[in-house]
Amino acid sequence: MGEIYGALAMFDTPEQIVEAARRVRERGYVRFDCHTPFPVHGLEAAMGLTRSKLPFLVLGGGAMGVLAAILLQWWTGAVDYPLLIGGKPYFAMEFATPVTFELMVLFSAFTSVFGMLALNGLPMLYHPLFNAEIFARVTDDKFFISIEAIDPRFDRGHTVEFLRSLGASEVVLVEE
Amino acid sequence: MAEKFRLEEQMVQRMRTPLVWSAVVGWIGCFIGYVIDAKQFHFSYLVSIIYFLSICLGALFFVMIQYVCTAGWSVVVRRIAETVMRNIDVCAVLFIPVLIGIPHLYHWVHPEPNDIILQKKAGYLNIKFFVARAVVYFGIWVLISRAIYKHSIAQDEDGKAEHNRRSMKWSAPGILLLFLSGSLAAFDWLMSLDPHWYSTIFGVYFFSGSAVAFVALLILFSMYLRKRGVLSKEITHEHYHDLGKLLFAFTVFWAYIAFSQYFLIWYANLPEETGWYLHRQEGSWLWVSLLIVFGHFLFPFLALISRIAKRNLKFLSFMAMWMMVMHYVDIYWIVMPTLSHHGVHVHWLDVAALLAVMGTLGVVFVSRLGKNAIVPIKDPFLSESLHFENV
Repeated sequence: MGEIYGALAMFDTPEQIVEAARRVRERGYVRFDCHTPFPVHGLEAAMGLTRSKLPFLVLGGGAMGVLAAILLQWWTGAVDYPLLIGGKPYFAMEFATPVTFELMVLFSAFTSVFGMLALNGLPMLYHPLFNAEIFARVTDDKFFISIEAIDPRFDRGHTVEFLRSLGASEVVLVEE
Repeated sequence: MAEKFRLEEQMVQRMRTPLVWSAVVGWIGCFIGYVIDAKQFHFSYLVSIIYFLSICLGALFFVMIQYVCTAGWSVVVRRIAETVMRNIDVCAVLFIPVLIGIPHLYHWVHPEPNDIILQKKAGYLNIKFFVARAVVYFGIWVLISRAIYKHSIAQDEDGKAEHNRRSMKWSAPGILLLFLSGSLAAFDWLMSLDPHWYSTIFGVYFFSGSAVAFVALLILFSMYLRKRGVLSKEITHEHYHDLGKLLFAFTVFWAYIAFSQYFLIWYANLPEETGWYLHRQEGSWLWVSLLIVFGHFLFPFLALISRIAKRNLKFLSFMAMWMMVMHYVDIYWIVMPTLSHHGVHVHWLDVAALLAVMGTLGVVFVSRLGKNAIVPIKDPFLSESLHFENV
């Protein structure tokens, strides 16, 4: 057997996994995750997940968009190549607003998509959990908790025993 | 269940008393003001009635949207919204002084003999047709709001889901009718104050502000009830969070429309269009214009953008109050430059008219609210609304 990625426990009902997630967190595990065929209500709270940092990144992205748009329009129109069009000022917030708004939206959208990918690590081309045969049922009717071996509290024997005590119908060790 | 969700008689009394005083003092003031300075009275009164009518129309819009979307979350606040909406019939009666004041308010009644533009518009802008249109607008609004209200109240008795379906059938064409009639009403009552000026987006501008003001009122009134222990467990932080989102969204939508109107006129720079904005930059009106840009958009945009702000009930109440004031400033800024060209002249009649209309509408609102349950107790979606959570 090669390097161990962690332990994987299979549960039969959504209620069981919510309760199990709460107990795993209370035990002090931090490197664990839940895998379910559909969103389970209350699971985030049971796992103790905090809110994503993404909104703040998006706020920053939007502000960058505003700044970029104003700089672009002011510098090209009023500094680098001033051109009088229809008697309008070289630069005015009136005509700069639509482009500023659009760039704010564009930069915000980019930040939310790429920020989301950066924060959740997608796209992920390989994941050790797929080495476990029982994990195939995560897309069907079973609920899983995985605890990674790098968790400071992880101990082969104890962790497997602990997961069994939570009512898991099957617990396996997963290879890296 | 029905008793639990009914306002106590004592509480209704406590809400009614200051409103009765407001109405009495307001109407006495209005009467004296009318005798002293009829023109000023009619302008002050127009601001006031349009302000409160716009809130009622905002309520009608809100309720119809909830039905069309079969919204579950909003059921706990829907009866309050429905009762505000039902007050459109009182607004119709309170609108009579505006019709009496047409010669004072609207320049198109007595145009200069050589004014070709107004001569061409006379087919539309004349007193008979103006009054007839007002009757049709109010007819449409009262018809829809009464029908939806009746179904909602009837459901409290029999609990049939059929009532939701019937209200939905009213709402879908109702939204279309409301926007067409409301847009024309805004043209008639507000835009024709300056009969040479025109802006096709004006009706949407009026509506977007109305939606802001109504959501603000809904937040404030729910908070008022919460302070007195009514619906404090039913209307949760989750509902306030969603109402906060709507307040934010409509504020941004208002800004989008307001800017669209200004932007095109600024760019085209046509004399017949720019006049309206130029008036509003004269003297102290410039400061009011800037107050609207910053106070009606930039400040609330930054203040309400975060989730934390929307879930902080004290802060949200403050912002709701702020937006209600800003909507009044907005209406005032639309109407009043027609009367006082060179700067703001706040008149005591502005306050008297505000008190009169607020008191009258308030008294009817409170007694209607007291007569029925304060939430639609047998709505099939009530349970969903009570357990609603933001993800």
